[in-house]
Amino acid sequence: MEKLNASAVTKIEEIVKKHQGKRGPLKLMLHDVQHELGYIPFQAMEIIAKGCDVPVTEVYGVVTFYTQFTTQPRGKHVINVCLGTACYVKESQPILDRITETLQCNVNETTQDGMYSIDATRCLGACGLAPVVVVDGKVYGSCSISKVDEILQKVMN
Amino acid sequence: MRELNMPSVEYTLENTDFYKKQKRIALRNCGVIDPEDITEYIGRDGYLALAKCISEMTPLKVIQEISDSMLRGRGGGGFPTGRKWKFAYDQVSDEKYVICNADEGDPGAFMDRSILEGDPHSVLEAMAIAGYAIGSNYGYIYIRAEYPLAVERLEKAIKQAKDLCLLGENILGTTFNFDIEIRLGAGAFVCGEETALIASIMGKRGTPIPRPPFPAVSGVWGRPTIVNNVETLANIPQIILKGASWFNQIGTEHSKGTKVFALGGKIHNTGLVEIPMGTSLREVIYDIGGGCPNEKKFKAVQTGGPSGGCLTEAELDTPIDFDTLVAKGSMMGSGGMIVMDEDSCMVDVARFYMEFIVGESCGKCTPCRIGTKRLLEMLEAICKGEGNMEMLEKMEELCYQIKESSLCALGQSAPNPILSTLKHFKQEYITHIQDHTCLAKVCKSLLEYRIDIEKCKKCGVCARECPTSAIQGVLGKVAYTIDQVLCIKCGTCKNVCRFQAVSRG
Repeated sequence: MEKLNASAVTKIEEIVKKHQGKRGPLKLMLHDVQHELGYIPFQAMEIIAKGCDVPVTEVYGVVTFYTQFTTQPRGKHVINVCLGTACYVKESQPILDRITETLQCNVNETTQDGMYSIDATRCLGACGLAPVVVVDGKVYGSCSISKVDEILQKVMN
Repeated sequence: MRELNMPSVEYTLENTDFYKKQKRIALRNCGVIDPEDITEYIGRDGYLALAKCISEMTPLKVIQEISDSMLRGRGGGGFPTGRKWKFAYDQVSDEKYVICNADEGDPGAFMDRSILEGDPHSVLEAMAIAGYAIGSNYGYIYIRAEYPLAVERLEKAIKQAKDLCLLGENILGTTFNFDIEIRLGAGAFVCGEETALIASIMGKRGTPIPRPPFPAVSGVWGRPTIVNNVETLANIPQIILKGASWFNQIGTEHSKGTKVFALGGKIHNTGLVEIPMGTSLREVIYDIGGGCPNEKKFKAVQTGGPSGGCLTEAELDTPIDFDTLVAKGSMMGSGGMIVMDEDSCMVDVARFYMEFIVGESCGKCTPCRIGTKRLLEMLEAICKGEGNMEMLEKMEELCYQIKESSLCALGQSAPNPILSTLKHFKQEYITHIQDHTCLAKVCKSLLEYRIDIEKCKKCGVCARECPTSAIQGVLGKVAYTIDQVLCIKCGTCKNVCRFQAVSRG
C-alpha cells in the first residue's frame, strides 16, 4: 500500500482535530480530506477512524457509499458530462461517448497518464442550458459534438 | 430611451407569455432582490413573519395557521406540513430539530437550487418559524455538494442574519434562540428520503430505516425532528403574513397554493415556472413553455423524475395537483417536468431511469437492489433488439412486486417510469422486440449508418475518422461504404461528413 508523505498526514491530522468533538464528525472530516487531497487514501481512513473512535470498516463503508468520495486520485483535468434527464433527452450521451473516445478513457476513470478524469454526473441543476459539460469547474452549456471537440482541443493544448 | 414614435406597449414581466399564467409565491424574490444583501430581503417584508410569530402568536397558533392553509410538502410526498409540525410539537424532549431538505437529487429538477441561490433568507426565516412552532433551537440544512453557489449564499445569509439578531441567541431581543448549520451531501440520491437524510447528517451511510418511528418522534440524534423541503419552507413566511385564508384560496380542493416546476427538455422556454395548482399541463407546456422547438411533434411529458411517469397528449388537459397526477400514473414529485418530442425513445427513457435507480439504490432491501437490476437487464435487452414478448409481462409483474415490497419511497416508486411507458407506449416496446426497430432512432444497436453514394464526394474523411476502420472506398475514385459488421454506430462518420451523405436509420 502506498505511504502518504508527511505533509499529507499532517493535513489529515489537522482536519481530524478541527472536527473532533462535533456531533457526527465523520462525514465532515471526509469532505475536507477529499477537498484537500483530491481523494481519500486508505491511510486517511485509518487516521479518521482513530480520531472518531470507530472501526475503520465503518469509515470505509461511508466513503464507498457516497459517489463524491473517491479512493483514487483524480486526473489533472476533470471533465464532467451531465446525464440528468433534460441533458439526456437533448443527447448528452453521444457527447459523453465522443469524449471517452477522444481521450481513450472510460467513464468514471482516469487516463493512465493521470491527466484526465471523465465523470458522468446525475444533474447539475442547469437544465435550462442542456446539454451541459463541465471542464475543471467551468460550465459549458448547449453543447454539441463539434463544440465539445473545440473544448477538448483547448484543454489538451 | 424610447423613441417617440414607438408604440406605447409596456413590456412588463406580467405581460410576457412566459409569466402571464404564473403566480410567484415561493419564487417571489428570485431574480428580484440581491440575494447576498439581507436589507433587500427585509425591504420586501423579510423577517416580518418571524417577528409576527415571536411577538404575537403562540407556537400552537403558528401551527394552526399552517394547518389551516392546507400547505402540503413540496418535496414529493405531499404530506400536510401543519400536521407534521404538530406531531413534533406534541413530543416532549430536551432537544428538537428542524431540517431543511435541500438534497435535490431528481435529475431535471432545479427549483430548490434557484430558491436557495435567489432568496436564501426566505428559507432561513421559515426554519426559524418552524423552530419556534415545534420548540426547537437548532436547524440543519442538508444540501447537495453539487450546488456550491447555493452553499456560499446560504453561509453568507446565515452570517448576515446573525449579525442583525435575526438568528442565533435572543432573536429580536426575545428569549427565543435558533441556530442553523449547513451539512453537505456527497452524491447519493437516496439521501432525499428523510430517514436516509438523517443518517447522512449523523455522518453515517445514507440508508433508510423503516418507519415508524417517524422522524417527528425520533430523528436526528434520536430527538424529534421535522424535515421540510426548500420550496415548502419558502411558502411559510408568506402564509404567516397574508394568512391561511389567502393561501388556501389558491389551488384545487386538496392541493392548495402554487407549485414550482423546472421546465426542461424539448421545449422552447426552459426555466422555472410557478403556477397555481389546478393549471393544466397543456397551459404549462404550450402557453408558458411555447411548445416543442423545430416544429417537432410533442410526444410525452415526464413529471416526478425517476419516481414519476410519462403522460401523453391525451392527458394534457389534466389539472396539475398532487392527486390527479397520481391517478394518471405519474406524480408531482419535487417538480421536474421534462418535455419529450418525437425524437425521444420511450423505451430508452425507461432504461435511462432504471439505470439511474440501479446506480442509486442503497442496497439495503432486496426488492430494490436486485429487482431493479433485473428490470434494467430486460430493458437493455429490448433496446438491443434481443428482447421477447414474454419480457413485457415479466417486467410488469416484477414492477408490482418491487412497489409492494420495497422499504422506502425510492424502491416503491422506482418502477413508475416503466409502468407508465408500458401503459402509454406499449407499441414502442413491441416495435423494438418484433421489428427490431427504434422509430425515434435513439437505440444504437437498432440503427444502421449508410452512405448515400450519390452524395458521397469520395473525400475519405469518414474512413479516416472511423475508430473501427469499418468504412471502405478509394480516395477520389470509389464512393465509400460502411461494413455493418464492423460498425459500432458511434456516429462519427455522420458528424464529420460535410456533404450530409451519411444517414442514420
